[in-house]
Amino acid sequence: MIIKYFSWVKDLAETNEETIELPENVKDVEDLINFLEKKNNKYKEIFSKKHLIKIAVNKEYVNTSFKLDKNDEIAFFPPVTGG
Amino acid sequence: MNDLAVKIKIQEADFDTNYENNNLIVNNTGALVNFVGTVRGNLESSEKILSMTLEHYPGMTENEILNIVNKAIKKWKIEGVTVIHRVGRLLPGDKIVYVGVSSRHRQNAFDACNFIIDWLKTNAPFWKSEELEGIKNWVQARDEDTLALKKWNF
Repeated sequence: MIIKYFSWVKDLAETNEETIELPENVKDVEDLINFLEKKNNKYKEIFSKKHLIKIAVNKEYVNTSFKLDKNDEIAFFPPVTGG
Repeated sequence: MNDLAVKIKIQEADFDTNYENNNLIVNNTGALVNFVGTVRGNLESSEKILSMTLEHYPGMTENEILNIVNKAIKKWKIEGVTVIHRVGRLLPGDKIVYVGVSSRHRQNAFDACNFIIDWLKTNAPFWKSEELEGIKNWVQARDEDTLALKKWNF
């Protein structure tokens, strides 16, 4: 699974993209967030601002109950500021 | 909706507002409305902005803008739509975004243009960072932009 980060979420993740092997017990976005938070403190910091984090899977907005597939591309980013 | 022309572009290069406006005038056009967003030179605190850098999520950006445009096409009778959004490093006074809508009668073009820029600002995945004297800040989303959506009843 590819994980992408943008804006200040990218700064906290210290990368704009990473590839992970999706563990068996990770079924949805919520599970993935829990998995990442256990892995490293930097994710804890990102998801401590959960109310600000937007999520897209395969370039479409989703919520935390969205079911994940091992080939999905997921992105975490803050509220958008274009225009 | 048969001959409706939709153009969506994400680019580093500047755009020519007159050229884009002229392209939207087709046979049935009786009205043309455009919005152009530009880089401000100062913050509200009057601190000087040296530059503004825009990043986006390639692929998702185009999809989201197309979703927004399709919603507008369903809601209003319009003849053509062009959305151009720049990315990369921009300077105060530079143009950032162009939204142009043409229609037979003015109200549809006014409303659709207003709707598209309101939705673009809250849904299309772009992020601005501003360079001030000695620091670089990610621009925070404004509550006013989210509130602006309420008038559209979607």
